[in-house]
Amino acid sequence: MPLLFAALALIALVGAAGVLLSRNPVYSALSLLLNFVAFAVMYVMLSAQFLGVVQIIVYAGAIVVLFLFVVMLIGGNLPALGRGRRAYVRAAGVILAALFLLALLFGLARPLPNGLAAVGAPDGGSVQALGLALYVDHIVPFELASILLLTAMLGGIVLARRYQAPPKD
Amino acid sequence: MTSADYLPILILILIAAPFAGIAILLPSVLGPKNPNRMKQEAIESGMIPFADARRRFPVQYYMVAVLFIIFDIEVIFLFPWAVSLNQLKIFGLIEMGVFLGILLIGYLYVWKKGAFEWE
Repeated sequence: MPLLFAALALIALVGAAGVLLSRNPVYSALSLLLNFVAFAVMYVMLSAQFLGVVQIIVYAGAIVVLFLFVVMLIGGNLPALGRGRRAYVRAAGVILAALFLLALLFGLARPLPNGLAAVGAPDGGSVQALGLALYVDHIVPFELASILLLTAMLGGIVLARRYQAPPKD
Repeated sequence: MTSADYLPILILILIAAPFAGIAILLPSVLGPKNPNRMKQEAIESGMIPFADARRRFPVQYYMVAVLFIIFDIEVIFLFPWAVSLNQLKIFGLIEMGVFLGILLIGYLYVWKKGAFEWE
């Protein structure tokens, strides 16, 4: 198991480095895909099987597709992307990364909050356990999620669809 | 299902990934190469390209991506439901009916708005 974890961590790091180092944004998105898949396998190893599946379907599927669409929309051929990067942009990047690391360490140092017992239970991350928790104990949030998705659907239509003026007569 | 049950999938990946890699690399090493200008077109014997493919695309395509993500999230909700439907029984069926009913309203709205049609 430690060997498998080390291999996956290496793959994830290679993917993450590819995201940062590729000049072509499409290659960045594909490197991100490698990173996501490595993480999905790690989630399954940590017996969070549902999270692993979500990682594949939503992140490796939908999110990477969204990134690629954004690359398409802004134009994939951006020679100016790497050039003319100013010093304060780099400084801001370093500061933000340091802050993120600090937040991460702070979160890791603290004990787990209450209410996570169900997650820590053996097989708590399996799809079946999650299904029973979601559809029996948390039925109201589940139904509310459908309204959230409905809002997102309508919002997408309103934002991206060309407005058509009503015909004059 | 425990994590150990997923081992066959990992073994499948470990076998399939080198297989795909070899299938891509080997022809480029062994195959004959006689390039000419026609062969190097993006789509040989297809439409003649009129511009660089890496240009800005119309925002219409984004609509497709957004709708895909929303229906993708729906599938994520359906997945644990389908797995635990045996325990949920008829209650689970009604519950998911309400969930999908609300989303069906959105689907019909999107359809009526003509978002699935290409302008």
